[in-house]
Amino acid sequence: MKKVISANQAVSQAVRAARTQVIAAYPITPQSTIVEMLASFCAQGDLQAKFINVESEHSAMAACIAAASVGARTFTATSSQGLALMHEMLHYASGLRFPIVMANVNRALGSPFNLKADLSDSLSQRDTGWLQFYCESGQEVFDTIIQSFKISEQVLLPVMVNLEGFILSHTYEIVDIPEQDRIDAFLPRPAERPILDVEDPMMMGATTDLYINFRYKMHQAMEEAKAVCQKVDGEFRAVFGRGYDLIQTYRCAGADIILVTAGTIAGTCRVVADRLAAQGLKVGVLKIKLFRPFPQEQLRRALADVKKIAVIDRDFSPGCGGILAQELKSALLGSKPDISVHEFIAGLGGKDVTDDDISWIVEQAMKAREPGGIKWIGLLE
Amino acid sequence: MKKKYGMKKLEDLPLTSITFLTSEANETGEWRSQRPVIDPGKCNLCGLCWMYCPDMAIGAEGEFFTIVDKYCKGCGICAQECPQGAISLIVEER
Repeated sequence: MKKVISANQAVSQAVRAARTQVIAAYPITPQSTIVEMLASFCAQGDLQAKFINVESEHSAMAACIAAASVGARTFTATSSQGLALMHEMLHYASGLRFPIVMANVNRALGSPFNLKADLSDSLSQRDTGWLQFYCESGQEVFDTIIQSFKISEQVLLPVMVNLEGFILSHTYEIVDIPEQDRIDAFLPRPAERPILDVEDPMMMGATTDLYINFRYKMHQAMEEAKAVCQKVDGEFRAVFGRGYDLIQTYRCAGADIILVTAGTIAGTCRVVADRLAAQGLKVGVLKIKLFRPFPQEQLRRALADVKKIAVIDRDFSPGCGGILAQELKSALLGSKPDISVHEFIAGLGGKDVTDDDISWIVEQAMKAREPGGIKWIGLLE
Repeated sequence: MKKKYGMKKLEDLPLTSITFLTSEANETGEWRSQRPVIDPGKCNLCGLCWMYCPDMAIGAEGEFFTIVDKYCKGCGICAQECPQGAISLIVEER
């Protein structure tokens, strides 16, 4: 059934449709409406889940880990400072190899205090062993949450689904919510895995000198996860007619320049690409949907023929630069040593990245012979 | 018979460190560098050592309090708390 809902409501609807069994979360703007709606579903009996009120995000993740340790389908949602407070437990969730799904509504980290969109909160959690998806519409958010439960339960690693605060989280769009029996068929109860059982005691994650071996197994699972994500997306497309792949390309064949970004900025890039195509300039757009594991092979293939790349980062690693740009350059090194990657930082703290900004980015990158350092959009004169 | 994962080959390992035992199998006594010794002449059986021990490593079975070697980490809290001064710490010889 098609509904006009916000992307946060799309998250809650997907978590309900997935028949999630345990939800533990702490409110934080701009995520709060996700857990408010889920609490309401639980109170009204629309979702047969245990809703655990906790005193912090660290405890929320601890409760999710405990729920996952006895085999429950588990969900939480957070943003920014909340995700930062979870940091320690994020490592535990992945190290224990538990399937947990989290929605993170991207918000800038303080200081200065800022409630609006910025991908630095989740990108700075890139080494925690969680899969990471980035979405650009309410429909993609709904579909990605459903897919994420299936992926997480297959690779036995937790999955973080990211959506930008306000720009996406509070924007109302048409979202198609498939019939419950079709979702149940797509997302059956997960296969058996080692869980805690009072009748058959065991210790999980106890001290061991074999540590490096378990890390290697996580590495293997991350590598295999790329194929699992692709397979689950293919199955989803076959059933529901919508799919997203690991990366999405638009007008990339024969392009003079390809804009690489993640999240909602990609949509504006496509509008600009259409407009510039009418003027004879071939601009491609590549959206990175899956950030962890990083789809290096897909990116190398998609960027094999282009001479110039401009990366637009709504995120920033102080002392280095845009995080997408770093990752992309590392992925291309070796396969494309002469590639010219122009780096732009834009939209930090929820600042709009407009069509004019993107046209300026294309213009700057096209006229520069060599990338001349990171360019910032929207600074005061 | 307890289930057990083979720990010799990478492929035999579980996904995470799993042992089919309770935490009783975690013998923290191996960490000890000093051991508490109770002087039965001074002990008045008040039980404060048993209450304060964070690892339940003071045994309260039988007529007398004893140190549970398997779990005592040698932290010394019992010796600090004993109002009779009946517990002393000696260097562990291994």
